[in-house]
Amino acid sequence: MLQVHLKPVWQQADLLTVDSLSVSFGLDISAKTVVRNVSFSLRPGRCLAIVGESGSGKSVTARALIGLAGRHARVHARQLSFDGTDLIGLNDRGWQRVRGNGIGFVLQDALVSLDPLRRVGKEIGEGLRLHGAVSSRQELTQRVIALLKLVGIPEPEIKAQQMPHQLSGGQRQRALIAAALALDPHLLIADEPTTALDVTAQAQALALLEETKTRGKALILISHDLAVVSRVADEVLVMRQGEVVERGTAAQIFGDPRHSYTRQLLDAVPSRRPRGSRLSSSTIGEQTEPPPVQSPPTSRPIVLEATNLVKRFKGPDGTLRAAVDGVSFELRSGETLGIVGESGSGKSTVARMVLALEAPDEGAVQFEGRAWTTLAERERQPRRRSISIIYQDPLSSFDPRWTVGRILSDSLSSNVQTSRKRQERVLELLDLVGLSKTLLDRRPIELSGGQRQRVAIARAIAPNPAVIICDEPVSALDVSIQAQVLDLLGDLKRHLGMSYLFISHDLAVVRHISDRIIVMREGRIVDCGTTEEIFINPRSEYTRSLIAAMPRFVCDPEISRSSTIFERGVA
Amino acid sequence: MNGNEAVKRIARNPLVWFARRILSGAAVVWAAATFAFLIQCLLPGDRAQIIINVRSGNVGSAAPAELASINAQYGFDQPLVVQYANYIWRMLHGDLGESYQQHRPVAGIIAEQIGPTIALALAALLMAWIIAILTTLLIAGRDNIWSKLLSGAQIFLATVPPYWLATILLVVFAVNLRIFPVVGENSPMGLVLPTLALALELSGFFGQVVLNEFTRVLEQPFVTSARARGMSDLGVRLHHVLRHAALPGITLSGWALGKLLSGAILIEVVFARQGLGGVLVAATSSRDVPIVSGAVLISAGLFVLVSLIVDLAYRMLDPRMELT
Amino acid sequence: MSRSAELTVSRPLGELLEFLYHIPFRVAAALAVIGFFLLAAIAPKALQTHDPLAIDLSSSLQPPSIVHWLGTDQLGRDLYSRVLEGAGQSLAIGLGATALSMSVALILGVAAALAGGLLDSILTRIFDVLFAIPTLLLALVFVTVFGPSVPTEVIAVGIGTAPGYARMIRGQMLSIKGTGYVEAAKSLGRPFPRIVWRHILPNAMSPLTAMVTIGVGQAIIWASGLAFLGLGVAPPAPEWGALLNAGRNYVIYAWWLEIIPGLAVTIFALSLTIVGGHLQDRLEGKS
Repeated sequence: MLQVHLKPVWQQADLLTVDSLSVSFGLDISAKTVVRNVSFSLRPGRCLAIVGESGSGKSVTARALIGLAGRHARVHARQLSFDGTDLIGLNDRGWQRVRGNGIGFVLQDALVSLDPLRRVGKEIGEGLRLHGAVSSRQELTQRVIALLKLVGIPEPEIKAQQMPHQLSGGQRQRALIAAALALDPHLLIADEPTTALDVTAQAQALALLEETKTRGKALILISHDLAVVSRVADEVLVMRQGEVVERGTAAQIFGDPRHSYTRQLLDAVPSRRPRGSRLSSSTIGEQTEPPPVQSPPTSRPIVLEATNLVKRFKGPDGTLRAAVDGVSFELRSGETLGIVGESGSGKSTVARMVLALEAPDEGAVQFEGRAWTTLAERERQPRRRSISIIYQDPLSSFDPRWTVGRILSDSLSSNVQTSRKRQERVLELLDLVGLSKTLLDRRPIELSGGQRQRVAIARAIAPNPAVIICDEPVSALDVSIQAQVLDLLGDLKRHLGMSYLFISHDLAVVRHISDRIIVMREGRIVDCGTTEEIFINPRSEYTRSLIAAMPRFVCDPEISRSSTIFERGVA
Repeated sequence: MNGNEAVKRIARNPLVWFARRILSGAAVVWAAATFAFLIQCLLPGDRAQIIINVRSGNVGSAAPAELASINAQYGFDQPLVVQYANYIWRMLHGDLGESYQQHRPVAGIIAEQIGPTIALALAALLMAWIIAILTTLLIAGRDNIWSKLLSGAQIFLATVPPYWLATILLVVFAVNLRIFPVVGENSPMGLVLPTLALALELSGFFGQVVLNEFTRVLEQPFVTSARARGMSDLGVRLHHVLRHAALPGITLSGWALGKLLSGAILIEVVFARQGLGGVLVAATSSRDVPIVSGAVLISAGLFVLVSLIVDLAYRMLDPRMELT
Repeated sequence: MSRSAELTVSRPLGELLEFLYHIPFRVAAALAVIGFFLLAAIAPKALQTHDPLAIDLSSSLQPPSIVHWLGTDQLGRDLYSRVLEGAGQSLAIGLGATALSMSVALILGVAAALAGGLLDSILTRIFDVLFAIPTLLLALVFVTVFGPSVPTEVIAVGIGTAPGYARMIRGQMLSIKGTGYVEAAKSLGRPFPRIVWRHILPNAMSPLTAMVTIGVGQAIIWASGLAFLGLGVAPPAPEWGALLNAGRNYVIYAWWLEIIPGLAVTIFALSLTIVGGHLQDRLEGKS
């Protein structure tokens, strides 16, 4: 069923031709064009990557190709044809024949892309059933199991009978790819297929897509992540605000980007740049290139010390599970300590215990040489402002009724007495984080993601804390905004000299900003050391696999690619 | 994870879950019984006097001897704790006390009348569900005049007082058009108008909730995934979206019971139907407390029962739910 | 609050203007209806065409006409004028019952959410049990105990609807207690009472404005339901429920006596629901 038809590339006609595709939403007067004049063509066995940040129109472009741009979308194109079929003006029935059959489509975040109330097998077999590709129930079951095997899901007979929530994130994504491959379509479109996954699962999903390409399928990969794309793509379109700003072969785009925006995107990726260097071209705070970061002098005083932290939670079944199990570390003054781990590793629980929002079941945290977690809340309260936090989702951490001005003014220490002084300090804070004072009477909901995170940072530094805990502070941001925020955090530390406890699942980001790194897995510390030690000479097998699975640039001269990176079956 | 497998299995055992639900349901009924008992004691004025008044139909002070005999007959002369214990004991034996006015056991009176009321409530629940789901399938995610009209109608129906709607139906269909019998018939035809009156209001509530959820689910990635596999719009609505949209609606069915019983009382009076409504209104105006407090107890019991059924139904539709 | 006052320049006024500018037609219509009945409640004589109590047997049970816009009752009294006359009392009952149920619900709901622990479990159980009893039945209980009268009607409807509100308020408080900004305030070292006062209460209360608006309409419907059953205000008063109860006997000969007062209840409650729903949408950020 999965016949490989690889002709020499020059003999093959274009499978998909897109000429001057535009998509707009809304009525004539208030119409908003989100995709403008996008053209490309694709041959079998080739992969086109469409890269861009949020709002670039990349997903809408992809969905327009299967006629699902949205209910109120108006799609125009000079030519839009797939495998000899003209897609313009296709009626519902026509589209239904193309979808699934000719073009497979994989969405991001399989947790919500698989119907949570249906069995995995039923979902995968749905396409086969709809297009009448199987004649009996038995054949359907066999095909579904074959597909699950194809995408490398262990125990396919059992998994087919399970519900999506019983599968791991990586398995779900692979099941979703299996569903898209069910009818062996000539073109597979994958919209951010790796975004919600942990690095190891990400590597598996990518390997699967790459394999599909080598089987002679055409592939369109939509992603915000340049590193992911560099691995698989033959050609790249860089989109920004609905328009293609640059196109070219992967080698050209990653090796010799012409457009300034492409360069900006590439520069913003932490794994491409020397550690601690500036990632963004924005000119906030310090402008000179900072000196390379030295290993932290061990003579500096310890501000925060966690000893043998244990925290157990009751699972849904009533049994106790240790989310954090015997975690110890110390944070020195002016140092950035990175905590890396995949979801469920207990890193955020550590943060909550350090913040004394959660009491450890065993062990304790000492702060500035004195007791911290063991104190009564009343005694701790006056010292709480010395430890600040920056969350992943700043919006939910702001009172929706408050303006930026009020949020910042409220977070000032009570030493600032007069209202004039408070206002001066608020303006100073806005200046420090590079925000205009016109934002003072805006509410958080009215700000962009990057602006919100800057307000969150301003709030965190307002009381002059000794320690700032950053819990996935850039995970929800676009790569260029992420670069600016990381630069800002670096600048602020140099100016103000506080310590960071930097928590992230993203190894590249942690490597970029941290002096020392702790690697956590299932509640335990599996590795710790200076950033160089961790990356050059990781002690644990797990750290090695994390580093290996890290998406990185194929064309990047700095880091040579190890051939074992994308080996399949890392379970 | 594997080490806890045994504990997990016990906690997930449907029987354990069921037993826990039965116990908590019994607690609710017990609390309702206590409430019903307290109502009888809290009655302002002398209870014996009220009973005499209810029986004789006039207002006036009774002779002390007469009062004493009533007090002894009903046990009002005993300490409150003893009365409470007796009340609960009798309740456990299915004895809900005796009507002041009718001199008959309350349990018997309610048992006689509750059948038509429950039939009416169930028919209305079913009809409300059908109306809500059909409307939703028709209008969700569409932007035309029908969807505007029907979603407006949902808000209207959810607000309309059921007795008023019942009156309009009565005037139009029974009095003017003479399609249905006017009042007081327990025939199937006689059930149509009361059911419709009761169901329309509820369908307005259900409809809004189901429509809301349906519209939300229509935009979910798994629906787009299904469309991208080549599924038709109707297929997506029936196979993927409807099940999700029904879940919050099903949770509402427990709450709907209270709404239905309240509505049924009113509508039975409008159509002069046999049922709890007439009995309760008569008991309320004559201050026949045992009947009213008996009804409180029964409806709490029904609520517990319906909640249990709703939970079971939910679990069957949503396998993600843990048994807690 | 005053410290940051200068940072929040004239926000409320701007929002009010914006609110008025973006008002949809149905909300404007609903506001007009509410305004009309409020006027009728404050100054009934200004809108009436006849004396609502003047008996004129020569024109009894007349259908709606140019003279009697909404017809007359069995004693020849003008129904339009009587409906307007009753607006005040109906409104007062609705407002009173809502005020009562909201006060009870607020005190118990807030107490349960803030206290947590044993008090919370006890109060939650009580809400659950009361919620298990149909609203109208709960109201009937109070009428049985205290006998039919206006205060009983207010108490009966107020207590009958309170458990639902209490549950909602408790849930609202708890969800806000668990939000990121409450945690953020805690990690800034704010004392809990201050967090309650500055974050939890204001954010939990804003949905209440919508709830109260819709609640007044619902209370009028319940109260008129009680009156319809003959368990409310005594007939001479032209309160809407009393009109409904009086009209019941004439439904077959003079439909308007029943339909018109019911229509008044319905469109008034509907208008409140529309306005309340609009408030709710705005609070949730949908426009």
